[in-house]
Amino acid sequence: MSCNGGEGMSTAELIGADPGWIIALKGVLIFVICVVATLLSIWAERRIVARMQVRVGPNRAGKFGLLQSLADGVKLALKEDLIPKAADKIVFVIAPIISATTCFMAFAVIPMTGKVKIFGHTTAMQLTDLPVGVLYVLAIASVGVYGIVLAGWSSGSTYPLLGGLRSSAQVISYEVAMGLSLVAVFIYSGSMSTSAIVDAQNKWWFGVVLFPSFIIYVISMVGETNRAPFDLAEAEGELVGGFHTEYSSLKFALFFLAEYVNMVSVSALATTLFLGGYHALPGLGFTESWLGGWFTLVWFFAKVILFFFLFVWLRGTLPRLRYDQFMKFGWKVLIPVSLLWIMVVSTLRVMAQQGASRTLIIAFTFGILLLIFAAASLLERSKERVKKENAESLKAFPNPSFPIPSLTASVKNGTEEIHD
Amino acid sequence: MTDDFSIEKAVEQSTQIPEQSPAPFLTQLKGFWLTFATMFKKVETIQYPEERQQTAERFHGRHQLNRYEDGLEKCIGCELCAWACPADAILVEAGDNTADAQYSPGERYGKVYQINYLRCIFCGLCIEACPTRALTMTSEYELAENNRGKLIFEKEDLLAPLRAGMLQPPHPMYPGTTDTSYYKGEVTGSHPSQEVKTTDA
Repeated sequence: MSCNGGEGMSTAELIGADPGWIIALKGVLIFVICVVATLLSIWAERRIVARMQVRVGPNRAGKFGLLQSLADGVKLALKEDLIPKAADKIVFVIAPIISATTCFMAFAVIPMTGKVKIFGHTTAMQLTDLPVGVLYVLAIASVGVYGIVLAGWSSGSTYPLLGGLRSSAQVISYEVAMGLSLVAVFIYSGSMSTSAIVDAQNKWWFGVVLFPSFIIYVISMVGETNRAPFDLAEAEGELVGGFHTEYSSLKFALFFLAEYVNMVSVSALATTLFLGGYHALPGLGFTESWLGGWFTLVWFFAKVILFFFLFVWLRGTLPRLRYDQFMKFGWKVLIPVSLLWIMVVSTLRVMAQQGASRTLIIAFTFGILLLIFAAASLLERSKERVKKENAESLKAFPNPSFPIPSLTASVKNGTEEIHD
Repeated sequence: MTDDFSIEKAVEQSTQIPEQSPAPFLTQLKGFWLTFATMFKKVETIQYPEERQQTAERFHGRHQLNRYEDGLEKCIGCELCAWACPADAILVEAGDNTADAQYSPGERYGKVYQINYLRCIFCGLCIEACPTRALTMTSEYELAENNRGKLIFEKEDLLAPLRAGMLQPPHPMYPGTTDTSYYKGEVTGSHPSQEVKTTDA
């Protein structure tokens, strides 16, 4: 797609030439990065949310409380591992394993650096480069839902079941919107490979060019990871703990790990697809060659941390949505909007490829905007009409001829009179 | 009969209720700014064991049995505190002062004095009941123990420490005084003769 420099090999070819030991090393590195990122992000989240609530958060274990999540992990591991009598034992054990493994797998296709040298071997910090990399991530995320659903179902308890059901409905609904938001990226980059998409953002990030897609992706990634304000699956106030109510000890820790690794991996995907991946900020391109290319890792994680902060910020700001509001938003707003947006994007793309004039493209965009305004005003009018009709129909309803108890109590002169 | 109730009225009332519509987009963004700005505010947390705050001036903390300026105890064993206590947390047994062993001015002193901090509700009625101001409250609030028995405080746990010029009772009263002079605050320190007697005894 674009200049890769050096030997002119694409990232896929570069990675394809990796010897076995490098692949193993990268696998271990990705695992370590994910685990360490989880430990740090739990700590960071607790500290940031605490500051938003005028508290300080964990600051006892280690310097600045950095070892807090490690201590919590050790504590969890030492707890009694309970399996309820009513649980389906095999599925109960498998569910957290599914949850935890799938979230790590999604990280395999994320390009974290450009071309770098590992012990003299030129490669890129990406485990594998599939031609359908993004689809692979979506697929893995869907498999991850099984962990939650099976956990809820196999617990043999009501709250986990409800939590599991909520969560599966939620993730499936928001995956549709997420998939649709990615279509525009595929159209623009002409590829589904993560490294090719990063390369395609040499000039302009897709987060700018495809801003609506970016917004839709960010919203649906929060829904996808079951995070506040979309954390209906574990709504503490309603469902005790949701799908993991019956889990304890290491199994619970696995779910916890999965949640945070998931957050990191959707953030990484957002970085890759919309914020130019490991590329530097525009105008700072010269930094990409620092440390023999390893400096791109800093850029990559800076962007991931940005998304992570967004997650925390959302959690600190917004209350949880009601279930019906959440579903309504997903199906009636996100999906239609992204469908419309894809249509606009593909039309514009085709027009550009067919060599349409600039005035035509501008006219088309203007027309679309006009249509949207017209639709919005029509919707507003029909809403008002429905409201009026409802009031009319209620008025038309005759008073019954038999005595009925009153529903209203009116206050007159300070004394309460109850009509009957 | 349908009485006062009519659907027209109900509809009218229901249409008067302002419909709840979501706040404008920019207003909603305010919340994000609020949480972001709060991050840079001074935190309210007090790092407790390292950093302690002064309690309120009239804080109800652990009790203290006070002394007169020469070291004699103020408690006369009248049990009024125990009677005033709504939680039945105080046990007092009075004893007689003798010429050999004088603990407080006058005839009687508190021989046994226990406060059960598992029961005490820190209402301060005992302090109001005390006729000699023997019983007051301190600002000490760290009253946790690993053992229920340790939370029954004995007389020696509650007695105020001896300050400079005070003598450890039992010792005789200040020469030439009565319990009334003690009560009036006329005794402002110990007399050498008081010390001699105690060492003898």
